[in-house]
Amino acid sequence: MQQQLRNRLRNGIIAAGVAVLAIAFAPIALRAQADCLACHGDATMTDSAGHSIAVDGQKFGQSIHGSLQCTNCHADIKSYPHPDKIAPVDCKTCHADQASLVSGSVHASASDHPCTSCHGVAHYIFPKDDPRSNVYPLNVPKTCGNCHGNADMAKQHGLPNVYPLYMDSIHGFALSKEGLLVAANCQSCHGSHNILSHTNPQSPTYKSNVPKTCGNCHAKIEADYEQGVHGKAVAAGNLNAPVCSDCHTAHAILQPTESAFRMQSTPICGNCHKDKFSTYRDTFHSQLGSLGGYVETARCWDCHGAHDVRPASDPASPINPANLVTTCGRCHAGANLSFVQYQPHANAHDRKLSPGLYYVRLFMNLLLASVLTFFMIHTILWLIRSRYSQVKSKASNGGKNA
Amino acid sequence: MPDSERTEPKTEAAATAPAPGPGPGRYFVRFTREQRYMHAALFTSFLGLAATGLVMRFSESFWARKFAAGVGGFGAILFFHKFCALVLTIAFLIHVKDVFQRGVMHREKGIFWGPTSMVPSWNDFKDLFGHMRWFLGLGPKPKFERYAYWEKFDYWAVFWGMVVIGFSGYAMWFAPFFAHFLPGWALNAVLVIHSEEGLLAILFIFSIHFVNTHLRPDSFPMDLVIFTGVESEDEFKQKRPLEYQRMLSEGKVESRLGIAPPLWLLNFSKVVGFTAIFIGLTLLVLTLTAYFH
Repeated sequence: MQQQLRNRLRNGIIAAGVAVLAIAFAPIALRAQADCLACHGDATMTDSAGHSIAVDGQKFGQSIHGSLQCTNCHADIKSYPHPDKIAPVDCKTCHADQASLVSGSVHASASDHPCTSCHGVAHYIFPKDDPRSNVYPLNVPKTCGNCHGNADMAKQHGLPNVYPLYMDSIHGFALSKEGLLVAANCQSCHGSHNILSHTNPQSPTYKSNVPKTCGNCHAKIEADYEQGVHGKAVAAGNLNAPVCSDCHTAHAILQPTESAFRMQSTPICGNCHKDKFSTYRDTFHSQLGSLGGYVETARCWDCHGAHDVRPASDPASPINPANLVTTCGRCHAGANLSFVQYQPHANAHDRKLSPGLYYVRLFMNLLLASVLTFFMIHTILWLIRSRYSQVKSKASNGGKNA
Repeated sequence: MPDSERTEPKTEAAATAPAPGPGPGRYFVRFTREQRYMHAALFTSFLGLAATGLVMRFSESFWARKFAAGVGGFGAILFFHKFCALVLTIAFLIHVKDVFQRGVMHREKGIFWGPTSMVPSWNDFKDLFGHMRWFLGLGPKPKFERYAYWEKFDYWAVFWGMVVIGFSGYAMWFAPFFAHFLPGWALNAVLVIHSEEGLLAILFIFSIHFVNTHLRPDSFPMDLVIFTGVESEDEFKQKRPLEYQRMLSEGKVESRLGIAPPLWLLNFSKVVGFTAIFIGLTLLVLTLTAYFH
């Protein structure tokens, strides 16, 4: 009982001490801001050059730096009145880690890329999970788009004008229409302070790092990709093999089932697989497909798989002979063993590869050429002769047939 | 398609024919109403097949994509192609049934041989060479019977074309079914056959048939006999003197007489005919530009 009373007393003394300290110091900090705001709180205040030097004290108080005194950042101001020209605030005094990352990035030039170009007006910086922050996930594209949505700036730096591409992409829609905080925004792939050029092997957008970068969200697809020929080739250092962005593009990523994507992606495979693309274009699949509006016709990955493309010899490949009936049967109900002997890449000009087709084509070509040539000559001679005798004899009926 | 002559053509024209006798205003029946309807079914479905088929064949050309986008994409094109194919198939089967019935069941004369038959004869080869000699000024113009050699060629080209294009088309339409009795490579071959034979038909009809039958000086700008069914005595005599002579010697003038086509039929025929020729020539130009692009 005695002991309990003593503890309670001790706690009370500590609490009172804390309260006294708080009361003693808080008015000083408040008064320091209030001192500055006595002048700078006037929303119309400008410097001699006409720039606003007003601060909204209430908004500043809510910002991430709201608990700081003005002189914590404006350290060269010691007393009032202060000089007209004061030193620019250096963020790296506190944010040294971030500053050193930026100085190693593509945005290293401090005059072109001050911290405020992304984080917004210095007095109103909010935490990145606050919707008022310029770097809140849903605001990031607009923030980056201030520069990267500017066609002149893009041209000047030889960069693509990516902002409109991104905003129309599946990620952009997820972000802007659905407000999905997990949808990839600029910094999900590029990083934030330490953005590096895609030519830098350290960059998350360097070709061989792209699968891992996309895999941060698309983990299963990354795992599939690593099992396929393309993933293995890239892992082995062959940078000619495609990574995610080669087929899906980097910024203008479309929903893969969308007509536009199905239309644009087959030629992308054709960039490398030229002979296969050329023989594909001779087939009904391609003739149908290239008209658009009918996206169900087989494109490369409908048969070969998309992320884990495997050689036909691999039993897990959809084009392994044992799997063909299933694969073709996905579109062609009733596909049987004879049906899957169809050659989706037959070459009618290759006698060794497809002899039957070669001779059929040859016969048809000869038939076409001989019939048309013969009758073309026949008709032209006939025309000349009829006109000649018509003019000579004037015996024609003048075209009055009926 | 031109058909074998009916020995006793039954037309509405024959019933109200003027009194037989020589005269400049007489008209003779060449095609029966059934034959004219058959030709109409044939060329309308053929134009539909050609327009949609060419779009598929040259799907990478700008006009094909514009056309496809305009009609609602490839699904609409394939649907229309198959629809026209069914119409043409039915017309073909009716014709085959008709020939079989008349030639085999009823033992009608002149279907499989003789001057009125569509079957090529030795005379046709002689006519071909004679005609070519005349082109070059080496001989007299041959006298033709009811169906000249180029008309027979047109008939058989279309006949063969329909069998080949039809079979290959249905083999693609019902590929899994045809795969039960066709080897795998044949499924590749049917597209080559279908598109090459289709191209041949299109190029042949829209250039050679159009010129031989309609645009050549003797018929320019269009031979309306396939639409009206009748032609003037002058034209009959001049174009097919042998048939004309045979008709006189067999004393069948009366049964062949028709009436002058009414104005509405002439105008209707011209509108339909010129529309068909215009569509055909447009498709021909598009085909040639795509082919040599």
